[in-house]
Formats: sequence, structure tokens, C-alpha cells
Amino acid sequence: MQKSAESSAELEADRLECQRGGRTLFCGLSFALHAGEALLVEGENGSGKTSLLRLLCGLSRPASGEVRWRGRAIAAQRAEYARDMAWLGHQHGVKPELQTFENLAFAAALRGEARRDGVERALETVGLGEQAEVAGRALSAGQKQRLALARLLLSRARLWILDEPFTALDAGGGELVRTLIENHLGEGGLAVLTSHQPVSLQVPLARLGLTG
Amino acid sequence: MSGLNHALAGLLRRDLLLAFRHRGEMANPPLFFALIVTLYPLGVSPDAELLRTIAPGVIWIAALLAALFSLENLFRADFDDGALEQLLLSPYPLPLLVGVRVFAHWLVSGLPLLLLAPLLAVQLGLSPKAIGVLEATLLLGTPLLSLIGAIGVALTVGLRRGGILLTLLVLPLYIPVLIFATGAVAAAATGLPVEGPLYFLAALLALALTLAPPAIAAALRLSVN
Repeated sequence: MQKSAESSAELEADRLECQRGGRTLFCGLSFALHAGEALLVEGENGSGKTSLLRLLCGLSRPASGEVRWRGRAIAAQRAEYARDMAWLGHQHGVKPELQTFENLAFAAALRGEARRDGVERALETVGLGEQAEVAGRALSAGQKQRLALARLLLSRARLWILDEPFTALDAGGGELVRTLIENHLGEGGLAVLTSHQPVSLQVPLARLGLTG
Repeated sequence: MSGLNHALAGLLRRDLLLAFRHRGEMANPPLFFALIVTLYPLGVSPDAELLRTIAPGVIWIAALLAALFSLENLFRADFDDGALEQLLLSPYPLPLLVGVRVFAHWLVSGLPLLLLAPLLAVQLGLSPKAIGVLEATLLLGTPLLSLIGAIGVALTVGLRRGGILLTLLVLPLYIPVLIFATGAVAAAATGLPVEGPLYFLAALLALALTLAPPAIAAALRLSVN
């Protein structure tokens, strides 16, 4: 993708280079994402999709290059960026010992966004209203994924970074993710996602292919 | 600021709730502590004079091993299930957040040792004054063990089998704590002044309280990278 110098770009990757285990996964990777846009990262297993997403959310650092949010490097504004960004990874941080409601409430409190009614509403939205008092260990993989989506909803983040958001979900769950992303982008949010399934979203969707 | 307080309080409540739901597992370190101390009279000698002499060392070595033993579960589960990533991506200062986690860990693993120690000290024949000093050293020393240990755990949490490495990293740093603590209790038992070693422990604790949280935070970022 071409590098955009437009000032309106909110999320910018500037010549990112990523190395894993002594191997260069990608280098010179640049893109820009504007409000209301989504970026779909595609590639085979091991091509570096998850690594790219972890660079974008600041969990790991690029070997060279930088990620910018609203014109400033994310490493220089960790707290602000953390407030604006929500990450959904392979592991959801669902504690097996805690009930669904507690899991979500504690995760939201960590971001300073805990309102009891908000937590309940988010659980209803993702279809876990009935499971509020079920322990995390008793949830299925799909239900954990839904719980992670509820955390995303509660976060009020502007940028969603989603690693395989469709994993483990049934048809209704897939529809839910699509609706959530479309609503989020409709409100001016941004999303970066990976997926193994074909994705059809009614939103401006840019594609980025990693060749490995 | 209310958001920060809310986050810190939520984290503390979460950790205590998790510990409460694992109470069987949480009972292990204090049990281990009591067992080691109880085995000494059986294994060494029931001679009261000898036991009184070795009591400070026995209790403190047992406390140190119990603390080491309890460290593993500090960040491991959160690392495995992804909760650690969410902690790192919180908008609040990570050193404060990990400080709360270490405090919660001390409440469930260090505080029980303080409650058990007087009973075990009586069993080994320590004098009331020495028991008072022993409690003071444990109050200053066990948070130190948690703080220092947490740095080691944060550095090794990404490794598949970090157990031995953790012990090698942390044990040398525990030695000053052990020396000053047992020194203070032994001094109290023989009627010598105890202020010196206690002040040293207090100084070490002040140092660890300020320096360990940023070190733990940096080590966690490295481990998750």
C-alpha cells in the first residue's frame, strides 16, 4: 500500500520492520488509515499477521520504523493511545475462576470504564445476558470470544485491533461481529483485523497482503 | 484520578477474589512454612538451647522458601490467558498497577506468615522480646521478598520452564534480607541492640518500594514482546 502523507490519517504505519526468531517477517511496511476505514490484513499462517497487529497495538516494538496515532508515535503517548485503542487477541484474558459479569467488570475497570449498567448492557448485546453468573471455565470458546467482544464494546475505543474476530463463532456470532464493526466504523471509528474466513463488510475496507 | 483509583481498587479486588477462589492453593505457602519449622526439632534435636539458637535462621529460611514457592502464580496465569496483555494496555501507569498486584500477592502469601510465626517461634523457645523483633523483621522483610521476587517472575514469565532460573535470579537478592533479619532476631534473643539491622531492612524496603515497580513493569513489557 502507498504511504499517505495526508494529515487526516489517524493511524499510520511508517516503514515497519518486524523480526521474529532471527527471520524478517516483513520490512518497509507502510499504510495510513482514516476515520471510518477498516484494514483487513491477509496472509498465510506465519506470514506475520499477528506480529503486525501486536506492533500496531504497542505490545511489541518494531525492529525499525514506527506506528503513529494522530501524528504522534504511539511509544511517546502510551496512556492516550491505550485509551483510544482496544485489542482483541487470540487469548482473551478470561479468568476461569471469575464469573462472566466479574470478568467483564474487572477488565473494564482496568481501563477506568466501569458502569454496572454498561456492563450488563454490553453482555446483552453480545448475547451473554443469560450467562452473567457462569464461571469463565464453563464458557465455550465462542462464548469467550463473545465476552471479548463485550469488552471491546465497553471500551469506547476509537481504534479496534482485532486478531481473528470471527474465530470460534457460530453464524449468529459472525453476523454480530460484522454488525459491531460496521456500527463502529459508521460512528467514525477505525478497525484493523485479520481473518481466515472471507470477510464481507459494508464499509470502506482496505486490504493488506503479507507474503511472508 | 477517580478512574485511576477505580482501576487500582478493581485490580486489588480481582486478585483477592481470585486468591479466595483458589484458597486450597493459597494455603500451600503458609503450610509449607509451618511444616519446615515444625520438622526442625524432630530432625535436629529437641535440645531447647540449640533450638533457641537456630530459631531465627530456621524461621527466616522457611519464610524465604515459602515466598519463593508462592512467586510462580504471580503473573503466570495472567500471561497464559492473555490478561497480562490487557494489563499492559491499560491507560494507567503500569508501575502502579503492578504495585497493586504485588501488594495483593503479599496480602495472601506474606501476611499469613506473620500470623503463623509467633506460634512457631514459641515452639522453638524464642523469648517474647525476640518474637516481637521477629514480627518486625517479617513485616519489613516479607514485602521485600514479594517485590524482589516479582522482578524475577516478570523477567522469566515468558520462558517455558523459568523455575530454576527464577530461583537463581532471586535467591542472591534475598540474602541481604535474610542476613539483616536473622541478625536482628538473634541480637534480640541475646539482649543486644536491634535497631541497626531493622533500619537496614527498612531502608531496603523503601528502596524496593520505589525501584521495584518500574523494574517489574519494564520486565513485563520485555517478556510480552
